[in-house]
Amino acid sequence: MNEPQEPLFLARRTYRQRRLMDAARLMPWLGILLFFLPLLWRDAATSTGLLYLFSVWLVLIAGSWILSRSLGRSTAWDKNAEDPGAEG
Amino acid sequence: MLSFNLILSVCLGYVVLLFLVAFAAEKRAERGQAGWLRSPVVYTLSLSIYCTGWTFFGAVGYAARSGLEFVTIYLGPTLVLIGWWTILRKLVRIGRTQRITSIADLVSSRYGKSPMLGVFVTLLAVIAGTPYIALQLQSVTLAFEVFAPGNGSGVRGSLDVTAVWVAAGLALFTIIFGTRNLDVDEKHNGVVMAIAVEAVVKLIALVAVGLFVVFAVAGGPTATLEQIAASPIADWRLQGDRWIALTFVAAAAFICLPRMFHVLVVENTDESHLVTASWAFPLYMFLISLFVVPIAVVGLAAMPPGTNPDTFVLTVPLAYGQDGLAMLSFLGGFSAATSMVIVASIALSTMVSNHIVMPIWLSVRREKGSDPGDVRNIVLLSRRLTITAILALGYAYYDMSGGGAALAAIGLISFVGVSQIVPALIGGIFWRGANRIGAALGLTVGFVVWAYTFFLPSFGSGAILSAATMAEGPFGIYLLRPQALFGIEGLDPLVHTVIWSISLNTGAFILGSLVTFPKPLERLQGASFVNVWRYSDSTRGWGESVAEAEDLLVMAQRILGNREAQALFQSIAQAQGKREYLPDVTPAFLQTLERRLAGSVGAATAHAMVGQITGGTTVSVQDLMKVADEAAQIMEYSSQLEAKSSELERTARQLREANEKLTELSIQKDAFLSQISHELRTPMTSIRAFSEILMAGDTMVSEDRMRYSRIIHDESRRLTRLLDDLLDLSVLENGQVSLRLEDVRLGEVIDRALAATARHGETDQMRIRRTKAAESVLVTTDADRLSQVFINIIANAQKYCAAREPDLEIRVSGAGDAVTVDFVDNGDGIPRAKQSVIFEKFSRLSDTRAAGGAGLGLAICREIMDKLGGSISYLPGQGGAAFRVILPKARRAAA
Repeated sequence: MNEPQEPLFLARRTYRQRRLMDAARLMPWLGILLFFLPLLWRDAATSTGLLYLFSVWLVLIAGSWILSRSLGRSTAWDKNAEDPGAEG
Repeated sequence: MLSFNLILSVCLGYVVLLFLVAFAAEKRAERGQAGWLRSPVVYTLSLSIYCTGWTFFGAVGYAARSGLEFVTIYLGPTLVLIGWWTILRKLVRIGRTQRITSIADLVSSRYGKSPMLGVFVTLLAVIAGTPYIALQLQSVTLAFEVFAPGNGSGVRGSLDVTAVWVAAGLALFTIIFGTRNLDVDEKHNGVVMAIAVEAVVKLIALVAVGLFVVFAVAGGPTATLEQIAASPIADWRLQGDRWIALTFVAAAAFICLPRMFHVLVVENTDESHLVTASWAFPLYMFLISLFVVPIAVVGLAAMPPGTNPDTFVLTVPLAYGQDGLAMLSFLGGFSAATSMVIVASIALSTMVSNHIVMPIWLSVRREKGSDPGDVRNIVLLSRRLTITAILALGYAYYDMSGGGAALAAIGLISFVGVSQIVPALIGGIFWRGANRIGAALGLTVGFVVWAYTFFLPSFGSGAILSAATMAEGPFGIYLLRPQALFGIEGLDPLVHTVIWSISLNTGAFILGSLVTFPKPLERLQGASFVNVWRYSDSTRGWGESVAEAEDLLVMAQRILGNREAQALFQSIAQAQGKREYLPDVTPAFLQTLERRLAGSVGAATAHAMVGQITGGTTVSVQDLMKVADEAAQIMEYSSQLEAKSSELERTARQLREANEKLTELSIQKDAFLSQISHELRTPMTSIRAFSEILMAGDTMVSEDRMRYSRIIHDESRRLTRLLDDLLDLSVLENGQVSLRLEDVRLGEVIDRALAATARHGETDQMRIRRTKAAESVLVTTDADRLSQVFINIIANAQKYCAAREPDLEIRVSGAGDAVTVDFVDNGDGIPRAKQSVIFEKFSRLSDTRAAGGAGLGLAICREIMDKLGGSISYLPGQGGAAFRVILPKARRAAA
């Protein structure tokens, strides 16, 4: 069987779309990194930890909000999303 | 101080309010005005059943005991939600396309609709869910305890009664709204609306208590942080292993808990709701947990020692005389507990009735032979009974565990239990190779390890597992101690269980999938789960027609080729009066496209492909059969074509060979004709010349006349001989010769030949050597013809043998049915290059004159031998020229 022929280069809008999808896939990894970072700390105070964790949490929520708004508005948010072809 | 009775009546009033909300929502939905009932906000709020009574009361207690660790319970789900694009989106899509009704249904469907796996996951969920429901009863009872008159052990009995009443009330509510109707897609508008309201209540309650504590008690955020720094939990003793294990377990439980799966996937009405929930629910959890540490710290400072930290949410407002706030807080905890129990029991009862009760009931009915007419009522009845049974089980667990353990510890047992489903679930939606055996193995191993190392010990040492077993392992097997498997000691029990159960579970799952072979249905389901984006109507609810037209173009390009497809689309778009490439997706356009595609891939395939992209019609079995039929026809047709073309090729090859032969024959014929005309012309020329001399020569002496006449005579004899030979050859070649076959002795024929060729009176007589004894063999042949062959050979030897003392040996030998006669002379022989042509017509090796023949002799010999059933060939390597004649023995002699 031949590989499905996809265009090699995408229109600017579709390209943005694909990068947004990439970002959405990477979000949990960023979350894991930020949430597990305190494992490296020594002699941390609860109040510091509290501030750190809740700030990071807010950042992730904000990031997710921005991403989901952009992705949710798109017309073809899952088209070819699982087929890494072309540039995406 | 609030009176117990007031609390009870407020509770009842609240429950009535929930009833009304649920009822109104159901009514609205029935009138088809679901509208905002099914908004993303309601969906997000319904997810809040993750935050149970355990969360509400227990989180503060947890924080008071171990500081920030409680937050992992929310970090895990946060990771899952912000990673919605990868896992949740796919789960929801699968749930919608496959009409999944529960997590047991999902696992069972994925692995070839295996009933065994459905039963297994159901049992696991019920067993793991029981402590959780007990936990809710315990938290509500605990809350009542705070308000109970005379805080003491004496009220323990009445609290148990309270727990029973709470359980019974919850069962009633769940039965009324959870099993009122039997929907195909298991959606419950009323329940979802009620839990959304409860979500708001508990959030407001906790935030209100939090704000009160931070601003009224502690004196502002900065002061709160200072108080935290001065509290017993000031040092963050972060246990890395527990941190990671808890985050993982919470993330897993968020997907795998039956009630979470129910609201996430089953109750989901629109995939776009996930987009909102992906950030809104983490925000919800953020707000729920924001004030947990301040409340804990203030509680630790303000409350007398010995106060259960699990009740700080209630006791702190009470201690500061805020009765209204305490009441709100109580309602919040009550909401959290009830909403969780309601959804959990709906989810579990769906699973039990679909995967355990109904299969058993149907098989029993089938055996009895009566028609399964009233399935509907049976399902509803089984669900109602199951709900009651589950709540009873929860109460039994509560009663058995004594209600003493810290809330958080009990909740974690359930979390770890349901996370055993994760390998089969995640593997199932991302790995096509995952199969039923692997999933069953993994689940079994994970379940056994979990039960043995975590669940059974939770009843307390000596309750189910004896103290001796706990300390020394079963039957004294040291390596199998429940909390130190394989001799690895010192791990936290939770971390110990998570590591062993999940790793062994995953290992068994992968190994089982790798070494066994799935059934066809499993493979089909595997493909449709893993490739759900490819097989489901991808743009429904999202797409505009442009996206569809683009999809169609992409598909058409794959089939028709880029240029043709684009031209087709453009022409249709122009016909529609558009300037772009993409036409509007109209029925006419679809029909044209489908017909065009059908030309390439067959009508059924084209219909299925177009339908898949545009209509959201999934491919039915009939469609698949048609596709298969078409494929079979195409294959048969092409194999026929192949047979035909190879036949044609064979014929063409034969024709080519025949043509080559004809060309060759034509060349031979031309050569023959020119040769013959040359042969005829030479004597004719001399005859004409000499006869002209004779005619003109009156004065010629008689001696000359005599000589010329003899030349003319000789030449005409030669002509006659040539014509005779030609005649002879053509007769032989045309097969018109009639042979007179008789049995003769070979010796006699040779005698005749020698007699005919003897040249009497010449000096250089050729010496002939013969073996008379061998020549007495009898052969069936035409003696005249055979002697003609022999004469030819002997005459040739006489003519061409250039030896000083010419010598011809005639050797006769018989082998089998044939007699071989070799004529070998002692001359120079025939050069190798010429050996192949001497049997051709007019082939002469040297100058014709010397031989005086036309070169037809050997050609005639070969024809004769063919006719006689033998052969003549040149025998190389005998010292001189050697001819071998093979002829058949007499039939009599041979027999």
